[in-house]
This record gives sequence, C-alpha cells and structure tokens, in this order.
Amino acid sequence: MSPDQTLAFETDCHIFDGCGFPAPGLHSFKFEPLFTLGGIDFNKPMLLALLGTVAIVWFFWAAFGRAKVVPGKLQMVGEAGYDFIRRGIVYEALGKRDGEKYVPLMVSIFFFVWIMNLWSVIPVAQFPVTSIIAYPAALAAIVYVLWMSLTFRKHGFVGGFKNLTGYDKSLGAVLPLSMTIEFFSNVLVRPFTHAVRLFANMFAGHTLLLLFTIASWYLLNGVGIAYAGVSFVMVIIMTAFELFIQAVQAYVFVLLACSYVQGALAEHH
Amino acid sequence: MNALVQVAAEESENPLIPPIPELVIGLIAFAIVFIFLAKKLLPNINRVLEERREAIEGGMEKAEATQAEAQQVLEDYRAQLADARHEAARLRQEAQEQGAALIAEMRAEGQRQREELIAAGHSQIEADRKQAAQTLRQDVGRLATDLAGRIVGESLEDVARESRTIDRFLDELEAKATDGSKAEAGR
Repeated sequence: MSPDQTLAFETDCHIFDGCGFPAPGLHSFKFEPLFTLGGIDFNKPMLLALLGTVAIVWFFWAAFGRAKVVPGKLQMVGEAGYDFIRRGIVYEALGKRDGEKYVPLMVSIFFFVWIMNLWSVIPVAQFPVTSIIAYPAALAAIVYVLWMSLTFRKHGFVGGFKNLTGYDKSLGAVLPLSMTIEFFSNVLVRPFTHAVRLFANMFAGHTLLLLFTIASWYLLNGVGIAYAGVSFVMVIIMTAFELFIQAVQAYVFVLLACSYVQGALAEHH
Repeated sequence: MNALVQVAAEESENPLIPPIPELVIGLIAFAIVFIFLAKKLLPNINRVLEERREAIEGGMEKAEATQAEAQQVLEDYRAQLADARHEAARLRQEAQEQGAALIAEMRAEGQRQREELIAAGHSQIEADRKQAAQTLRQDVGRLATDLAGRIVGESLEDVARESRTIDRFLDELEAKATDGSKAEAGR
C-alpha cells in the first residue's frame, strides 16, 4: 500500500470480494507531505502538532490571559489542570521549594503530550502525533538536557558522575560493575525509554483502533455484518480506553521527568 | 534538499529513528507552548492565585474581627439589659416604699385632722356651754329676782344685794350639780 493515502486504508475492499484484509502496520504511520513551506515538507502529524500547539496556547490564553480573582468557567478548568500538575506531580516529587521553578516546564510538557495524544480520537484528525517517535524524542531530549545540566551544576563533574553512577563505597569489589550498569541504565537508556514508553503506547493504541476500524469496514459484507458490529463495539471500547491511556501516558511522562530532576537535585549518599 | 528528504524517508523505515524535520517541528511547537505558558500565562495565574489567597485570608481576618466586635456588642447589650433590669427593680421597690410611706403619711394626716376636728368640736361645745351657762345664769337670776320680787314685794330691789343673793344661790346650785355629776361619775 502506498503512503499517499488520505484515509488510513483502502475503502473499496470488503470480505468475500476476493481482496485481503488491509491490515494496519508501519505504513499507517507514514504520511506524504501535504504542502511545502520554506523548504520543509509539512505532513499530517506536523500539521496536527502545530494545530495542537495553537489549541493549547489558545486555551490557556483564554483561561489565564485575563485571569480574575473570581474565576470564569474556562479559568476554573485551566486552574484545575494547572493545580493538578503543580500540586499533584511537581510538589509531590520535588517539594514546594525546589519544585516551583520547574512547574512551568512540567505543565507545558503535560499539556503538550496530552493534547498531542488526544488527536488520536479527535474526528478527522484521528492520529496521535506522539506515535511519531520524533515528538516524544524531542521532549525526552529537553528533559535529558535539563537533567544532565542540573546534575553537573549541582554536584560538579566528579560529584555528578558519582550521582549518575550510584557511587557507593560500601559495595567494594562490585562497585565497578554496579557503576557500569548504573551508568548504562541512567545515562544511556533512560532518555530512550522515556521517549519510547510514550511513543510505543500511542503507536500500539493507534494500531489497535485502526485494526478494529478497518475490520468494521472490511467485514461489512454478507454474513460478515454481524462480525462488523462486534468489531465496531470494540472501536467504541478502545476509543474510551485510549482516552484513558492518553491521559495516563502524559501523566507518566511528566512524573518521570520530575523524578529525573529530583534525582539530579538530591544529595548523593 | 530533495536528496536529504529522500534519505530521511528511507531512514524512517525504522519507526524508532526520528526524522529530523519532525524533531525540529516538535521542538518548535513545544517551545511555543513553553514560552507562552512560562513567560506570560502561568505568572499571570500565579499572581491571581496569590491575590485570591490573600483575599480569602483578608476576608477571614475581617470576619473574625467582625465576629469579635459582634460578641463585644452583645456583651455590652447584655450588661446594659442587666443594668436596666436592676434599675427597674430598684425603681419598683422605691415606688412601693414611697407608696407605703405616702399611705402612712395620709393616714397620720387624717388622724391628725380628725383629732383636730374633735378638739375643735370639744372647745366649741365648751364655749357654747359656757355661753349658755352665762346666759342661763343671767336669765335665771332675772327670773328668780322677778319671781322673788313678786313674792316678797319690792324689798329685794337693792341690786347689790340681789346679785349677791342670786350668785350665792347659783353657786349652791352649781355645787350641787357638780356633786351630782361627781356622784354620777363615781357610780
């Protein structure tokens, strides 16, 4: 199947028509450029990323742009979201004193990730931007840079290195091995897992939704109609499940970012 | 450029290798969100939240002050009410005492007036009696003289003698009357 599709699959194919099931796969995540602007080819995920950005900024501008002591409805919703990240995640992980500085970053990450995830179930868009590895990787890179710079700024080069490798004299002879493993796990694998955790969840979720959606359409022929109904019920269930997973993944992403920062700020022991 | 895009497209066969343009777009998109939130909107809401917190705390303090004031006023009123009750009781007591005194005074006054009236009546009676006695004495004297003159003739014409005799007679009568009244009182 070519990637120049408008829809995620061929619509002229049903069961018993002699064509195979157009299963979703890697090709479902590739998009031809829609237009070119300033040397950059814009495809659907890029467009959704920018639209999402506009949506977030618009929402918070409307909610907090002219914030009042007695809040309006939109401001109340915004405050609830803001307070959830600030108190529920950042203060919990970093404490009020150390955490305050990182609240804007964490709030931005949470809403960015969440809205990019949410595109998955928005009609017409129906594609989670975060299922393209570039977007989680960009965020994970920002967190990684922050984490590394905080570690070395707080503990100095040697102290920072000890912090990252879990240096502990009492380990004795096992120390070099332990330090190697810790270094590998913290410095090299962490940013990768941080990004991939989000990416893979959204990738799998979108694939599942595609699978049941395509199946609902594909089975719509002859006795297949009964199965199509079952498949469509699964689409509804999976959409609800995805809504849940989208929020959870955004939460987890921010929580991990906070715990990395907390590790960097912690006194090493 | 085309060649670069071509390379990127081929590389992105592996879904874990991020295509550079999308990485850049992702960073730019996030930067926009971050700058708006961190520089303008979150400080905005923080300021408002702080204001609200202060307003609520200020309101609490004001409410506490008002409550204390209300308590104070209530106590004042209670004290005043107690005073007023006390005063009323005192006034009632006084009025009762005054009333009693007034009644006693009136009673004494009435008594006094009655006694005066009685005394005046007595003296009047005494005076009347004396006057009556005087008149009677004269009348009786004259009558007696007239009678005696008729009986005895003109021998008793001498006034001096006449009056002495009459007086003596009357004194005797009086003495008799006094004895009679004494005897009557003794009985």
